[in-house]
Amino acid sequence: MALSHLGASASRSSSLLKPLSSALSLRRPISGDNSPLTVETSVPFTSHQCEAPSRSVETNPKELLTFFRDMALMRRMEIAADSLYKAKLIRGFCHLYDGQEAVAVGMEAAITKKDCIITAYRDHCTFVSRGGTLLEVFAELMGRQAGCSKGKGGSMHFYKKDSNFYGGHGIVGAQVPLGCGLAFAQKYSKDETVTFALYGDGAANQGQLFEALNISALWDLPAILVCENNHYGMGTAEWRAAKSPAYYKRGDYVPGLKVDGMDALAVKQACKFAKEHALKNGPIILEMDTYRYHGHSMSDPGSTYRTRDEISGVRQERDPIERIRKLILSHDLATEKELKDVEKEVRKEVDDAIAQAKESPMPEPSELFTNVYAKGLGVESFGADRKEVRATLP
Amino acid sequence: MGLRNIIGKRLGLGLVRRRKPFSTATCDGDGNGNGNAKSINLYSAINQALHIALETDNRAFVFGEDVSFGGVFRCTTGLSDRFGKARVFNTPLCEQGIVGFGIGLAAMGNRAIAEIQFADYIYPAFDQIVNEAAKFRYRSGNQFNCGVSNKFPGLTIRAPYGAVGHGGHYHSQSPEAFFCHVPGIKVVIPRSPRQAKGLLLSCIRDPNPVVFFEPKWLYRLAVEEVPEHDYMLPLSEAEVIRQGSDITLVGWGAQLSVMEQACNEAEKDGISCELIDLKTLLPWDKETVEASVRKTGRVLISHEAPVTGGFGAEISASIVERCFLRLEAPVARVCGLDTPFPLVFEPFYMPTKNKILDAIKATVNY
Repeated sequence: MALSHLGASASRSSSLLKPLSSALSLRRPISGDNSPLTVETSVPFTSHQCEAPSRSVETNPKELLTFFRDMALMRRMEIAADSLYKAKLIRGFCHLYDGQEAVAVGMEAAITKKDCIITAYRDHCTFVSRGGTLLEVFAELMGRQAGCSKGKGGSMHFYKKDSNFYGGHGIVGAQVPLGCGLAFAQKYSKDETVTFALYGDGAANQGQLFEALNISALWDLPAILVCENNHYGMGTAEWRAAKSPAYYKRGDYVPGLKVDGMDALAVKQACKFAKEHALKNGPIILEMDTYRYHGHSMSDPGSTYRTRDEISGVRQERDPIERIRKLILSHDLATEKELKDVEKEVRKEVDDAIAQAKESPMPEPSELFTNVYAKGLGVESFGADRKEVRATLP
Repeated sequence: MGLRNIIGKRLGLGLVRRRKPFSTATCDGDGNGNGNAKSINLYSAINQALHIALETDNRAFVFGEDVSFGGVFRCTTGLSDRFGKARVFNTPLCEQGIVGFGIGLAAMGNRAIAEIQFADYIYPAFDQIVNEAAKFRYRSGNQFNCGVSNKFPGLTIRAPYGAVGHGGHYHSQSPEAFFCHVPGIKVVIPRSPRQAKGLLLSCIRDPNPVVFFEPKWLYRLAVEEVPEHDYMLPLSEAEVIRQGSDITLVGWGAQLSVMEQACNEAEKDGISCELIDLKTLLPWDKETVEASVRKTGRVLISHEAPVTGGFGAEISASIVERCFLRLEAPVARVCGLDTPFPLVFEPFYMPTKNKILDAIKATVNY
């Protein structure tokens, strides 16, 4: 699989150059912020039970620069989380998203904050794409009060209610049926919004996925099941775990679309298409062909079940940030130096947020007992050593 | 996925100092001491047991998420190389499927040894365990079960349970009590490497479906001499691992090491504690516990799972039924708090040595 995968990415790289050269021949004038631009996706979409959308994606300089900045920020944030984990400032489990950033930014560009997103535990970047701040990210990672879940959730449990980000779920595949419930509520209230329920290629083999597919199709729910296929469920290559790794076809009667998840514009196009489809016809599967650079979690070096060549090959040929960088440069929307400056800026933003997060206090000990039920629990307890005060809560 | 490094890594931190390598392995059922014994840790002992199980029965199979690579805790290292991919294999991430598959495999007269990567992930398989595995024999009038009854194969579900210092909500839980409410299965939890090997072999060879919870905190931490030969320790037999006269402490798995430390501390204050390892929670050895409580007149139960509805409640009720007039103090329970397992404040949640010591004193001075 690794080999054929690499082969596929090599062919992609040649197609990457195509839109660039054709765009160059147009000789667009520099910038002009919102002036429309049309860019072709890296590879055609592959469809199942539906007609694939066009490869030509409408964008504009502003959007491309935003993609670049957002993805660079996410990348930097995840790298910083890696260091914080190794410095033991982050505890618990931590799953990083670097490599997959295009899925988060592309999806967000196609939808509104009224649409819902629900995902598994690799949730940092989706939270940021929904408008979460770096301070909330790092404070949550380090278990501080300023975190998006008051420091009580940790890496796997990010939520942002005001922009309909339903988190942050720890058990493989469990969030997808929840997404069906969200979608049903949306349909019932007729507010013309949809739910994106994200899961990985590993989760695609969970029985719950098929239950979710059936009920969403049976009741025509505006649910978009997004399989972020990074090709490894923990340390297991997709083909070792799935008889058919064509996840976009796994819905049988549910239409599907395979998307280059390393191409933010392709993701945007697919999500726009999927939203329209879901509102009209019910559920659809989007398989995002993507890649995680890090291991599955912090205790997985990520190099025992795949070759270093494979990882560096993806970095060179398919990296989502580099793709946008090349597009920006080829369209003369910014200079190389300007992009480097953006990267410097986000690095500083990340460093500042970490410093700020470290200042945030740990949650009050009484927070151990809150939010178990709507009201307090009436638990009586001693501290870890008996010198601590006895706490009786409502 | 990943706790495997944590246990060793985290040891340097003060937070986990409460767990010490311990030596509650006094006298074991393997008794005769024939053959060699080597000092190994708990995951190696499990690994040895699995090697023996596959070697001694060519109809034994090991399967689960990542097991053919050795598993995230290294318990299945070397099995697939030695016994082949037809007998030791990875499954997709599908716990319900894993257990259901295991029941079918066992029903055809094989020994199915399934691994659920973390006890926290066992819930998708709950239906298969509770409704299918546990009741198969009963509802078919013994025509079917997880194994063919007179040949004694069976189904064993292994799963690492319990806290490790910073596992958070989904890598720390102790779900044993849910399964102790299910007649038809056995629930076994070992406390040390030697126990783990002997008990696991008994479970694998038991004709009933068994849920075998392994204390993941002790995988690397607990080290003791483990005989290299094939031996089994009896199920449903508790063991008095420390003799005492003032109070009986009952526990299982990793919690025993904490309880033993509390016993040592109490001894300095002149309190003599008797410590019992229950080993098998279902069906459990009431007689051994009862005999001990009749001697001491006091009992304390400790487990990591939340106190309400925990297995400690069952022990408490049984002891009150059997020893009411002999009891000199209320039954004490020192357990996890009634909250989800927390990411922050784990030490506050846990039934620590000092909490146990405090309850020992309160019970003895009642």
